[in-house]
Amino acid sequence: MHSGFPILSLLLWLPLLGAFAILMIPSREKGLIRNLALGFSLVDLAIAIFLFHGFSSDDVGRQFVEKWSLINGLGVSYHLGMDGLSLLLVLLTAFLSPIVILSTYKAIDDRVKEFFFSLQLLQVGVLGSFLSMDVFLFYVFWELMLIPMYLLIGVWGGQRRVYAAVKFFLYTLVGSVLMLVAIIWVYLEHYKATGNLTADLFTLYGTKLSGHAQMLCFAAFALAFAIKVPMFPFHTWLPDAHVEAPTAGSVILAAVLLKLGTYGFLRFAYPLFPEAAAFFGPYIAVLAVIGIVYGALVAMVQPDVKKLIAYSSVSHLGFIMLGIVALTPMTVSGSLLQMVNHGISTGLLFLLVGVIYERRHTRLITEFGGLAKQLPWFSLCFMVATLASIGLPGTNGFVGEFLVMLGTFNSSVLDKLLGGRAYTIALTTVAGLGIILGAVYMLWMVQRVFFGPLSKDENRRLKDMNLREAIVVIPMIIIIFLIGLFPNLFLGKVQRSVDHFVGDIGRRAGIIETVSNDTKHKADKLVLDSPEAKHDRDH
Amino acid sequence: MTDYNSSALVVIILLPAVGALLNGLFGRRFPRWLVSTVGCASVGLSFALAIWAAYFVFVSNGEERLRQDVYSWISTGGLSISIGLTLDALSTIMVLVVTGVSFVIHIYSIGYMEGDPSYARYFSYLNLFVFSMLILVLGDSLPVLFVGWEGVGLCSYLLIGFWFEDPAKAAAGKKAFIANRIGDLGFLIGMFVLFGFAHTLSIDGLAKAVASGAVPTVWITAACLLLFVGATGKSAQIPLYVWLPDAMAGPTPVSALIHAATMVTAGVYMVARLSFMFALSPTASAVVTLVGAVTAFFAATIGIAQTDIKKVLAYSTVSQLGYMFIGVGVGAYAAGIFHLMTHAFFKACLFLGSGAVIHALSGEQDMMRMGGLRRKMPWTYWTFLMSTLAISGCPFFSGFFSKDEILWKALSTSSPVGGWVHTLAYGLGLAAAAITAFYMFRLVFLTFHGESRIPDGVHVHQEKPVMSWPLAVLAFLAVVGGLPGASMFHVHWFEHFLEPVVATANVTQKGFASLQSSEWWAAGGSVLVGLLGFALAFNLYLQRTSGPGYLAARFKRTYDLVKNKYYVDEIYEIFPIKFIYYLALGLWRIVDTLIIDGLCVNGPAYAARGLGYIGRELQSGNLQVYAFWIFIGFSTLLLYLAHGLGLI
Amino acid sequence: MISYDHYLVLALALFFIGVTGVVLRRNALIILMSIELMLNAVNLAVLAAARNMGDMYGHGLALFIMTVAAAEAAVGLALVLAMFRHRRTVNVDEFRNLKG
Repeated sequence: MHSGFPILSLLLWLPLLGAFAILMIPSREKGLIRNLALGFSLVDLAIAIFLFHGFSSDDVGRQFVEKWSLINGLGVSYHLGMDGLSLLLVLLTAFLSPIVILSTYKAIDDRVKEFFFSLQLLQVGVLGSFLSMDVFLFYVFWELMLIPMYLLIGVWGGQRRVYAAVKFFLYTLVGSVLMLVAIIWVYLEHYKATGNLTADLFTLYGTKLSGHAQMLCFAAFALAFAIKVPMFPFHTWLPDAHVEAPTAGSVILAAVLLKLGTYGFLRFAYPLFPEAAAFFGPYIAVLAVIGIVYGALVAMVQPDVKKLIAYSSVSHLGFIMLGIVALTPMTVSGSLLQMVNHGISTGLLFLLVGVIYERRHTRLITEFGGLAKQLPWFSLCFMVATLASIGLPGTNGFVGEFLVMLGTFNSSVLDKLLGGRAYTIALTTVAGLGIILGAVYMLWMVQRVFFGPLSKDENRRLKDMNLREAIVVIPMIIIIFLIGLFPNLFLGKVQRSVDHFVGDIGRRAGIIETVSNDTKHKADKLVLDSPEAKHDRDH
Repeated sequence: MTDYNSSALVVIILLPAVGALLNGLFGRRFPRWLVSTVGCASVGLSFALAIWAAYFVFVSNGEERLRQDVYSWISTGGLSISIGLTLDALSTIMVLVVTGVSFVIHIYSIGYMEGDPSYARYFSYLNLFVFSMLILVLGDSLPVLFVGWEGVGLCSYLLIGFWFEDPAKAAAGKKAFIANRIGDLGFLIGMFVLFGFAHTLSIDGLAKAVASGAVPTVWITAACLLLFVGATGKSAQIPLYVWLPDAMAGPTPVSALIHAATMVTAGVYMVARLSFMFALSPTASAVVTLVGAVTAFFAATIGIAQTDIKKVLAYSTVSQLGYMFIGVGVGAYAAGIFHLMTHAFFKACLFLGSGAVIHALSGEQDMMRMGGLRRKMPWTYWTFLMSTLAISGCPFFSGFFSKDEILWKALSTSSPVGGWVHTLAYGLGLAAAAITAFYMFRLVFLTFHGESRIPDGVHVHQEKPVMSWPLAVLAFLAVVGGLPGASMFHVHWFEHFLEPVVATANVTQKGFASLQSSEWWAAGGSVLVGLLGFALAFNLYLQRTSGPGYLAARFKRTYDLVKNKYYVDEIYEIFPIKFIYYLALGLWRIVDTLIIDGLCVNGPAYAARGLGYIGRELQSGNLQVYAFWIFIGFSTLLLYLAHGLGLI
Repeated sequence: MISYDHYLVLALALFFIGVTGVVLRRNALIILMSIELMLNAVNLAVLAAARNMGDMYGHGLALFIMTVAAAEAAVGLALVLAMFRHRRTVNVDEFRNLKG
């Protein structure tokens, strides 16, 4: 499907245009630079919303496709497209960008120009990774993200920023280099089989690899993405990176960059190597569940609020991975929604921690206490974010978690992968402990930060949120309730794509019968239950 | 059963939500009277509308339902949940109790919270509580029910920790939420199990699936037990009851709200709502019965030795909830709900009465510093006495009918699991009845009778009308509330009203069950043990006031054990709380920092750096060293060449 | 009788003395002098070889080497002088600013 106007390119390159526009401005014009960056991101958001609106939920393929050949001899093309898997994440990225920029107006006063240049460049990298439908193009964008993020942490970070930045960089690089090898391997295998050199992702989906090669390639991809997610035990870069990164960096890191890991599983690792995915499924599932419980437990004992939230991300992302492995329409759409949810609620938590950090220059829980008295609105917002994070019904977190857990518990795919119904039940139940522990660590932190007597003198002088901060926070809160109360607005857009994806992978992974029966049965049910069907029958 | 569409239901729910939003967002700018008006009017209107809606259900004798599909909430991947509301006989009772009692408590709060700086926040939370509870009782599918289920958990967290500046109170709120969350996980997994077989989560759909045999019995039992785990959290049963006594940290009207009208009744309601499943699973029903019976007895014994007026009532609540679970466990779902209703009346009255006392004594809660308040607070005294008579099972008061109905059903039926189950439940229930009468009259005597032990200088405030009238209304209901179900006088209205909604349990009637006289005998037994408890309290706390001290010293170990609530909190503190904390600390310090980060990540990094240190010694930047090495190397090469050419 | 070999051995000895000086001494002046010594050792070897072969090119080469040595000495001494002015020392260990 070709649309006439290259709207995805516009979405993708607009931030780069913004970055160069910022370069043209003298560094002392800080206000202008900020407003310009904000303006560009707002336009980008408008484009993304337009795309969301124009996205057809009936079409399971890519939409708004653009494809030009880049390197003829090697079959590398400039191939952009968007489908149900990337739609919500693109929207999330575009949505967070202006919010993040606005949040830094006061926090970043040093090298403002370079900062916003990096931020815009990062936006290009992230959007490019979500939109690329060519493996080499994807790899370029994937690596492109690394550099601005490295700079954001390393230049504008906290005390141990260099350590954190290098750790982040090397950790990620280890995975992505292996991934490059795997990309080249698949590319050459496809050439050998068909005599056709192409890096087009959807053509490569059909490549038949030997079992051994599939395993190795999947392992390489999975490692790269597992580090990005991050899954236990590849998570230790995350707490350091989060703690040292400036607020804006933390927000983008948590909200968007981590999603590239889970997205990568859906876009690359699973469709390229479905059989290997089925083979590795049980291990990923077990690691995901370990991550859920482990992340929650370790989060509980953190003295630093940001570190606590970082470990909570490990726990939350475990649910998303579990949903991907369980591979039913319910769990995958739950996972997709949960990616957005985690981005919103954790992003909001980081923003709020940033607000208080700007005032107190500390994030240690013991430095606070009784803030609810001094900062009522701030506390209210933090409470909402906390509740979204622990998945209270009515907030977005519940919908995603509920879909993932419900689907996983009843996933016949997981039964098959794990070799028995009992294992699925046991695994889901253990994962459920994460729900309890989530409440424990978040509420314990809230209690120590916001409740109790206002014992520290420094805290008595704190001012509540100002207008700019309110403008940053309120859209996020609105989205929390919007997704919590009307998830169908978003689920409806991606449902067909997810069904198609699950059916496709299930068939090629050799778990077809169960999947198709499952889907069919439930789909029948759905038709019977849905109000539209009733309506149809009546007429 | 006939369904009628009605859009009134969503309005009933939304009114308190609107009140909560208005007071929550703008309440700080509102004058007090406006805050109270918004807070009370929203619930009051909701109550009025509920009466109007309930009328339709009443005239049909429970045969008709009002239904409303608000919108489709989640529908994806084979799951379809719509926000649907149903007002059937069961939810009619619940909605009326919830909105009615809550309304009274709201009114009372105007007086009780008068001087509090966070007045608007209080009313906002209170309205939110009612909102959540209404979702819970009106929701027509398990997920919607769960929304309310977790919602009341959240509100209890907010309200128990209302005075959050006190760390102990904030901690009590957190404890309530977490205990509830543990139960909620059970509830969630129960839902998952059911969905796996029924492919739907709407209550009607589940009933159909269960009736058609789509869910194997063993899984029904599993699901029921898991859901009951949720109920033990919400309704404070063993082993998750520990949050409830701590919940007394909240303002007293909140205790009345949580412990009488909302929240704690949710578990009982849920079991009755899903009676079609519990009735099919004798095992699950037996577990419900036994947990209820043991809790009823166990909590009652703790109530004996407490000196905090609210703590006594708290354990009394736990104990009374145990009764309700005996009721729904032995298959007498209507009786369980009946006791829920009467309990809501008299317990709300008791809590509000204790609140009046505490308010009058400027926050004093220790009964040892009260006494003789009868004359100073006549309104409170008389209403309190009425409710005490009701809870103690004094004949013709509401509690008498409802409690005896439950005990009678336990006595006269037999579970398929074994005859001993119901007999044991009856025995424990009877014993708990005696203890209840004892500790309640102990409470009355210590607070209102005898010599005043109020410290000098404490001025006893006068009762305010805004606080007295709610007491009178509730006391009236506590007296007459039992009449709709006075079964020993052949009034079976309540049971018949709920008949279309609740299932018939799989229990066998014992031979004497059909005899009217045996029911009278059983009631007589209950009255007798109640009198026993009363007489003991009368003797110990009015006649021989040295008696309690003597007994406490004589049976010191037992007394300490009971006074310290069997050390359950202390045991929980060690396991699981401390255990998990140190486990987490160990994981962080050893697995994360030491093994993963230290060994696996930084290990290779340090190794690479070490190699670099060695390598860089060769590249010192000192030309002379380079020259030396060049010279050595060159000379060696020359010698080697010379050797090769045969020169050396 | 002094043979061709004697010249070569002498040149070798001088060269080694020069190398030792360059490697071991830290005084820039001495290093320069040692370099001169090495150059002159080479000159000696070249001249001896030229004489031995009866070839005049060797003499030419020696002249070139002397010229280069003079130029080198001039540049080298100028650098040493600059170094000395900068740091008041000619110890080469003091000039390690570029070392990583």
